[in-house]
Amino acid sequence: MNELDDLYQEVILDHQRNPRNFARLPTANHQAEGANPLCGDHVTVYLDVKDGVIRDISFQGEGCAIAKASASMMTSVVKGKSLAEASETFKQFHQMVTGGQEPCFDLEALGKLAAFSGVSAFPVRVKCASLAWHTLNAAMHESEPAAVPPTILGEIGKNAGKNTEK
Amino acid sequence: MATKHRGSSLANSLDVERVRRDFPALTQKIHGHPLVYLDNAATTQKPNVVIDRLRKSYIEECANIHRGVYQLSERATASHEAAREKVRHFLGAEKISEIVFVRGTTEGINLVAQSYGRSHIGEGDEILITAMEHHSNIVPWQMLCQERGARLQVAPMDDNGDLILPEYEKLLSPRTKLVAFTYVSNALGTVNPVKAMIEAAHRQGAVVLVDAAQAVPHCELDVQELDCDFLVFSGHKIYGPTGIGVLYGKHRFLTAMPPWQGGGDMIMSVTFEKTTYAPPPAKFEAGTPDINGAIALGTAIDYIESFGMPAIERYEAELLAYAESALTKLPGLRLIGRPKHRAGAVSFMLGDIHPHDVGTVLDRYGVAIRAGHHCAQPTMKRMGVPGTARASFAFYNKPEEVDTLVACLAETQKVFRS
Repeated sequence: MNELDDLYQEVILDHQRNPRNFARLPTANHQAEGANPLCGDHVTVYLDVKDGVIRDISFQGEGCAIAKASASMMTSVVKGKSLAEASETFKQFHQMVTGGQEPCFDLEALGKLAAFSGVSAFPVRVKCASLAWHTLNAAMHESEPAAVPPTILGEIGKNAGKNTEK
Repeated sequence: MATKHRGSSLANSLDVERVRRDFPALTQKIHGHPLVYLDNAATTQKPNVVIDRLRKSYIEECANIHRGVYQLSERATASHEAAREKVRHFLGAEKISEIVFVRGTTEGINLVAQSYGRSHIGEGDEILITAMEHHSNIVPWQMLCQERGARLQVAPMDDNGDLILPEYEKLLSPRTKLVAFTYVSNALGTVNPVKAMIEAAHRQGAVVLVDAAQAVPHCELDVQELDCDFLVFSGHKIYGPTGIGVLYGKHRFLTAMPPWQGGGDMIMSVTFEKTTYAPPPAKFEAGTPDINGAIALGTAIDYIESFGMPAIERYEAELLAYAESALTKLPGLRLIGRPKHRAGAVSFMLGDIHPHDVGTVLDRYGVAIRAGHHCAQPTMKRMGVPGTARASFAFYNKPEEVDTLVACLAETQKVFRS
């Protein structure tokens, strides 16, 4: 059951049990809600952005261990980063968890987010790991017009047919 | 293994190993483990006879029905209508014209909401459902209420997941025009006192629809004895193909109801000025139906009847009681819903481990269960949980599989160090 231990690493279980930045953010000037209608998971991401830098971030919501730990770790990683840096980290993270044909991500640059590399062996759980990130992305672009509500349904299509069965 | 099974005593009522040989899907390995399929409330696996019947239909009688003058079409029509007769007999309906083929339970409910509902429900009227409905027996009525200015009332359930019958009766009034409820809760396994519920509704003059999607696979039922006005179920939950289901409606209602979809097969005659409709069931079956799906559903019913519902019910009751007791013995496991009468499913929480995580770990051991809200979010809210893990059974499941489930749940606790 190595894949299970890879998925549910100690650091992930720790973030799930003791989520960081798990509150409403009174100083938030950006926020977005994300949900997975298929499983009922939902998350709200709050941002305090000034001069293109995420000064503070928090989240609230409900979800499985992967969704909750991912949201928690995301908040601790992007706090203090510029919006551009956060977007780049999201891109790298997404590459890692979707594990495409030739994944191009920098495991070292991802730092402790590398704990989620085990998710790529569980295609149906990719949406859990990326829900908070999609929501962060929506919150960062909140002021832009016609923002599409974040949906993770696209993830499912991407992973269709990618069966992990051996 | 965490618990000892008592397979021999269960085997007395039904030879489960013989049943399992009829289902080729059950011999699969998943992640290197034998498949333990416990998501039968979502859909059931298919026996060889059903798979073979589909193949035979496509080879020997692939033609459109009710129109061809050639032999293939005659064969297809005869098989299709023979399947309708099998359904009639299975449900104990009086007339074959009371059996309408639809895509499934959801479409059946929508048909009644759109056709009967829009022509009989008006402003100030009330529709009564229960707190344990599947979304498919909530949303079509909400849509109807919104359109017609009617009100949706919800009969509550108690902490065990049982309907509170006196509260249900209190909500019935002359304003109640339609009552729709599930026979068996898909999320909790509760069997409702449907006979009493139907009688109470009829006393107030309300029309009753029974969602029997989770009942038909597990309970012997007879629509005339129940005296329900409408009853719906899905073929794929009783070992038939997906895409085919049944709406039963009393003849006088189906006759009075307007069609809901227009097209071929549902007409008597068409001119550009006026169309006259065919009598039921054709009136509600516009377009080419799922011909082979219906035929294979007939085969699935034959298959079930070769064992007899009473034997299936007896076997499943023992299996379910065994599962409930084995699950309860696992420290940290909490049953969600402890209804007086249960069929089909057991819902539970494993400590504070999220049901999706439980489902993921079990899958790696080849155990397939459902995790989440089971398309019954209000039910989850009432029980105070975001979702549950649910094991749901068919008569091909055996006590050894319950043991595997329990052992893998203990493994799950280890993964989560809880």
